[in-house]
Amino acid sequence: MAARDDARVTGEAPETLEDLYEDAPCGYLSTRGDGMIIRVNRTMLTLTGYRRQDLVGRVRIHDLLAVGDRILYETHFAPLLALQAGVKEIAVDLRCADGNRVPVLLNAVMKEQTPTRPEEIWIGVVAAGDRRGYERELLQARHRAEESQRRAVELARTLQESFIPPELPRIPGMDVAGMYRPAGRGDEVGGDFYDMHEVVDGWALALGDVCGKGVQAAVVTSLARYTIRAAPLRDSRPSAILATLNEVLLKERTDRFLTAVYAQVHQDARDRFRLTLSLGGHPPAVHLSGEGLISMIGHPGTVLGVLDSVELHDVTVDLARGDVVVFYTDGVVEGRGPTGFFGEERMGRALSDARDADAAGIAGRLVDEVVAFQSGMPSDDIAVVVLKIPE
Amino acid sequence: MDIVARNNVKVSGRSGGRPMIFSHGFGCDQSMWRYVAPAFEDEYETVLFDYVGAGRSELSAYSAERYASLDGYAQDVLDVCEELDLTGAVFVGHSVSAMVGVLAAIREPRRLSTLILVAPSPRYIDDGDYVGGFSGADIEELVDSLDSNYLGWSSQMAPVVMGNPDRPELGEELTNSFCRTDPEIAKQFARTTFLSDNRDDLGKVTVPTLILQCSHDALAPPQVGHYVHQAIPGSELTLMRATGHCPNLSAPEETIAAIKAFL
Repeated sequence: MAARDDARVTGEAPETLEDLYEDAPCGYLSTRGDGMIIRVNRTMLTLTGYRRQDLVGRVRIHDLLAVGDRILYETHFAPLLALQAGVKEIAVDLRCADGNRVPVLLNAVMKEQTPTRPEEIWIGVVAAGDRRGYERELLQARHRAEESQRRAVELARTLQESFIPPELPRIPGMDVAGMYRPAGRGDEVGGDFYDMHEVVDGWALALGDVCGKGVQAAVVTSLARYTIRAAPLRDSRPSAILATLNEVLLKERTDRFLTAVYAQVHQDARDRFRLTLSLGGHPPAVHLSGEGLISMIGHPGTVLGVLDSVELHDVTVDLARGDVVVFYTDGVVEGRGPTGFFGEERMGRALSDARDADAAGIAGRLVDEVVAFQSGMPSDDIAVVVLKIPE
Repeated sequence: MDIVARNNVKVSGRSGGRPMIFSHGFGCDQSMWRYVAPAFEDEYETVLFDYVGAGRSELSAYSAERYASLDGYAQDVLDVCEELDLTGAVFVGHSVSAMVGVLAAIREPRRLSTLILVAPSPRYIDDGDYVGGFSGADIEELVDSLDSNYLGWSSQMAPVVMGNPDRPELGEELTNSFCRTDPEIAKQFARTTFLSDNRDDLGKVTVPTLILQCSHDALAPPQVGHYVHQAIPGSELTLMRATGHCPNLSAPEETIAAIKAFL
């Protein structure tokens, strides 16, 4: 072993520079600046099946490329060679003498003109059939994955839209607006929902948040929304309606629970609005009086879908002109920013600042602030409904 | 929308001089004019920019709808003109940008009052007697080829090309960077470019026009240059010794001289 090494060091090995060039373990091409081939090594000829005289001085590198690759060469690689003097790992197909294609990777450098030699491009060619085939399979897999992802997102959006009415009903004497912002990029079905509909002698509003995301949460959200619409037929007190929802959720044997606020507004003979609501594990509604005072409406109640026996309370308040009532999901106060949670205090300030706007303006301002607080990527869904009795 | 940031607009040259807009084609960005634009700075106010989706434009401003046709790209040119309040400009468009300039100059000849079309083609795909040089299958092959050469984009390139001031070391790793963009955008630009047909627009050009035709241009063969020359009333055709599709890079002196002779 040692003897052989010595032989190499002392130059007894048969390689000459020419051998190293001709039989290098990669194809080797030199071209003029315009791509005309001026030198080619034996490895390259073996790879492509051409004879030296077929290529040298007769063919430009472009002519060896498949048409799509030729366009890419002209629009991408030739400019890059001129701008940064080298390109790496260019994946193209070479057209062989027998008409077949061989997938290769090219590295190329631009050698500037010298006093003794014009500008040249030196190109190394590595056959990459297996690797390129594998890459193509990966690409196809990625395209399929992107397509599935696109469909999943579309499905999520469509489903989500069914949880939020396209527009809220018009209520004479009351300005109403709702706003929903999904978590993150909105790629997943969230569990927030709201709905508003007419009942026998007034209007009902439901707003809730199903634990979790995805398909299972969506099933529960849908169930909740329709149960609430149908429930007033039995007992119309808000607490009774939430109790019915609790029963239905338990029967469904889902492990998802939810929090909800359910409210009814009735108008008396003198056009005054009276609001009655019940909380099922949900944050209370915020009441802004015409004078600018902030208070909470609601008595804490049990989360729905967990226990057979729930404790729910009805709370009633009379609304005056200028009053604003805001219903929201915990995505508002639990929005996490660089300085902690968004919290009730910030929410109170945002609402006070916006209180002169109409209902849509107030809802929009609150959601914008929560989203901005989280640098545009809210960690949870946000749902807000605002009722305002104009002055 | 800040157009200057959106299109990465760079203004140089003689302030108050006649505006001269240099517009890049499919593939790279305004660097394509690196060796040509400075030659006009003494006399002209030069304006370089990247189309939305290319170079250092704001990729977030890209819209698959708007850029589904060359009209969207022409709108980029007119947006830049309006933002800088350019009138009577010389528009130098390379490759597909030549047709973008044609569309923009038809809409606003007051703003673009001279056209220099470098290696133009009004249609790349053969059609009856018309020889564009390509078939529809060739273009699909190009799109596949783009895919194979943008392998590293999603994981590595996006943060680099979209600007990452916090991690300057990423810039060091940039290879092939002038021609990098989101592969989905590149693929759509390829289709928009190579499937467009602007032959009927050529006759509507009313401004003085110069066509620069290279020898051995794999994308725009000589007969295409002649076709454009025939179709644009009063246009001039200059046949260049430069080979390939990018004389602005391979033969800047000849390109500069041809443009100066015309102006």
